[in-house]
Amino acid sequence: MTNTAVAMTAEALQAKRHARLARVAGRMLLYVTVITLSFAFALPLLWMFVTALKDDPDVFRLPPVWIPRPIRWQNFAEALTIIPFGMHLLNTLKIAVPVVIGTVLSCSLVAYGFARIDFPGRTFLFFVCLATMMLPFQVRMIPLYIRFSVMGWLNSYRPLIVPAFFGGAYPIFLLRQFFMTIPQELSDAARIDGCSELMIFWRIVLPLAKPSLAVVGLFTFMGSWDNYLGPLIYLNDAKLYPLSVALRGFQSEFWEEHLWQYMMAASATTIAPVIVIFYVAQRTLVEGITVTGIKG
Amino acid sequence: MKRWSRQTTRSAINGYAFISPWLVGLALFTIYPIIASLYYSFTRYDIVREPRWIGLENYVTLATQDLIFRRVMGNTIYLVAVGVPAGIVVAYLLALLLNNEMKLRPMFRTIFFLPALVPAVAAAEVWRWVLNAQWGLINAWVKARGWPVIPFLSSEGWAKNTLILIHCWAQGQAMMVFLASLQDVPRSLYDAAEVDGANRLQRFWYVTVPMTTPAMLFLVITHLIGMFQYFTMGWLLTSGGPNFSTEFFSIYLYRNAFEYFKMGYASALSWVLFLIIMLFTVVTFRSSERWVYYGGS
Repeated sequence: MTNTAVAMTAEALQAKRHARLARVAGRMLLYVTVITLSFAFALPLLWMFVTALKDDPDVFRLPPVWIPRPIRWQNFAEALTIIPFGMHLLNTLKIAVPVVIGTVLSCSLVAYGFARIDFPGRTFLFFVCLATMMLPFQVRMIPLYIRFSVMGWLNSYRPLIVPAFFGGAYPIFLLRQFFMTIPQELSDAARIDGCSELMIFWRIVLPLAKPSLAVVGLFTFMGSWDNYLGPLIYLNDAKLYPLSVALRGFQSEFWEEHLWQYMMAASATTIAPVIVIFYVAQRTLVEGITVTGIKG
Repeated sequence: MKRWSRQTTRSAINGYAFISPWLVGLALFTIYPIIASLYYSFTRYDIVREPRWIGLENYVTLATQDLIFRRVMGNTIYLVAVGVPAGIVVAYLLALLLNNEMKLRPMFRTIFFLPALVPAVAAAEVWRWVLNAQWGLINAWVKARGWPVIPFLSSEGWAKNTLILIHCWAQGQAMMVFLASLQDVPRSLYDAAEVDGANRLQRFWYVTVPMTTPAMLFLVITHLIGMFQYFTMGWLLTSGGPNFSTEFFSIYLYRNAFEYFKMGYASALSWVLFLIIMLFTVVTFRSSERWVYYGGS
């Protein structure tokens, strides 16, 4: 009697120990995998940063040097003065800032129409709006290029900025999803008080939708910062190039001179603002990414 | 049927007033270019001279004579067929990994997401350096072991796969979408499956996978559309080479339009691209009824 009881508890204990062992092993495996993969994913950027701080001979030393000696912070200053980095940065901002303003303004108006006003033809037009996402830029690219060229808009920022004031399918969709979640009763109450739609939009919906406007603004800014094909087509004068196109130009310059530390310093500087934006607005951005993916 | 009242008239006026920026944009920057590009695709047009109507000649040349276009199609299909599934699988695996309770999870999430934030031009330079045949980090390691150097960007066999690898590296956005979708799966479903005696693998296959199919559909479609238009990274790193092995649809189109100034021919190419994208999107949507599971909501 007691013997079997003892045997059973021993067995149970053993099973328990096995389960715990398996769990510990599972955890270990998880951490090993995550840490290894993190290194693999971070490696190119780490290497960029390390190279950016190296002295000339260290750049081409084999086996690769991970801790540069001396650490040359002045590489950044030098790289950014050899090339007119400031000018190109200013160009990028001259495009990105109006594009952000135009996109947020126009898309929030349009999204309000689609989300909060029940007008005839709404469903169909919203479907059209989504369908335009399928249309490749390449189809629009050639006629727009020709039209802008006839209008004398080439070699100016107008072809890049003006369309932003007329809405875009993706931000409209994103904002509409957000506007839909604001309780309809708020608008109804305001309407009874005699508010016009524009006042409801401006005084009630927009203040409540600030986070989503931030998401759209930040995505648009990052998209504009990253945009390569647009400026490549519309701009010929190197003085007008934004960073994205200009960086490609430095590449041949630095590459031929074997100044990779400068190339990496310039690249790191281009990446920095985007990373800072992400770090500051991480929460809002993650929400923005997931809302469109899941609730779409 | 609703009665047409003054209320309806008012909301119609308001509604169209609010969406008017988009309507104007639709006319100017979408409908006009679509029609114009269809017209150009039936012409020979070099910008300097007026477009000349040549009927279907561009399309016929494309289909029967253009040998480079055949390679371009092959390259693009390879890129889509391998790159889209590879990117989505990587994103899914990373999301599954991050879906576990662990210390420093926000930090790991940031590390996996970071590459998606890096502007394409900067990413191209970083990879060019990492993959460099002589001093690149990877080849330095390979050489130290006495193995032959890997010609990541300079061999026909490697170039496409290298670009796909870089694509997989920058899957942060897709990973975030999957992660949110995984965290939306109700705990109760797992508990119920466990009571029914399902093991880990079964729970994954019968609970996790079906519940995340809506996110999968969204990503498959956006990735298909994006991959058919793949341009910047390829243009920056290999510009179509070596020997046309990375000459993808959009790169060839760009070359025809802005290097050869064959605007008519490039317009025909853009229409073919448009039709292919539409076909794939519609087929994916149609098929989704069979494999996408919309849960309770």
